Amino acid sequence: MSTELKPDKVVDLKGLPCPMPVIQISQQIMTVAVGQVVEAITTDPGSLADFPAWAASTGQEIVGTDQAAGEIRFYVKRLH
Amino acid sequence: MSTTQAAMEQQQQAAARMPAVENKISMVVFSGDLDKLLASLIIATGAVAMGMKVKLFFTFWGTAALRDPRKTARGKNLMSTMFGFMLPKGAPKVKLSKMNMGGMGSAMMKMLMKKKNVASLEEMLTLAGQLGVEICVCEMSMDLMGFKREEMIDYPNMKVCGVAAFLADAQTSRIQLFI
Repeated sequence: MSTELKPDKVVDLKGLPCPMPVIQISQQIMTVAVGQVVEAITTDPGSLADFPAWAASTGQEIVGTDQAAGEIRFYVKRLH
Repeated sequence: MSTTQAAMEQQQQAAARMPAVENKISMVVFSGDLDKLLASLIIATGAVAMGMKVKLFFTFWGTAALRDPRKTARGKNLMSTMFGFMLPKGAPKVKLSKMNMGGMGSAMMKMLMKKKNVASLEEMLTLAGQLGVEICVCEMSMDLMGFKREEMIDYPNMKVCGVAAFLADAQTSRIQLFI
């Protein structure tokens, strides 16, 4: 499902370990308009737990997650 | 009225005055160890990402990590000069709490961190400053160790404070940590 999502912005976070992916997404999500989607690509397995936790705390939404070949893609929708 | 009664009344009055809890984290950074300092700063910067306000209270051994290796302070007495010499001069000099092995362990850890793209303590401090993490340095610790304000790092939001400042912040924080 998530592969059909068209992101408004793509952020490459490959190779960045904790805590950088969540710090980056928290800043990048504010650069798009409310309702738009940011695609974040990480290689940090910890982000599988961190992104949903971040979204729950900050009130943003993960609308899709893709996992392939060591890369994790999150589609994050800015809700506010 | 007995003293216990008076104390209880005072506590009740204090509870009534208590301000509301904010989405904030207050942390005591007591340790001067590289590993614990890194953990403190990872939590601090992570908390900003989570939308929280962050205040770090550096005390005791932790204060040495905030010294600027390029700065010197004049007019110290013998004891302060000796302390200044024995304690790590800033973030690049702090050691691991375990497996330091005369500095070899710490050097190996730093090499590994670089290889794995993990931010150094200096980088984490810079990042924390950019993200708006506030730092309070314990006045008493600085005085004890003979550190002066002018030998500390240039940090955008750093103040000197005491225990009441920490407690006032801890009272209104969702999370309080001692590291």
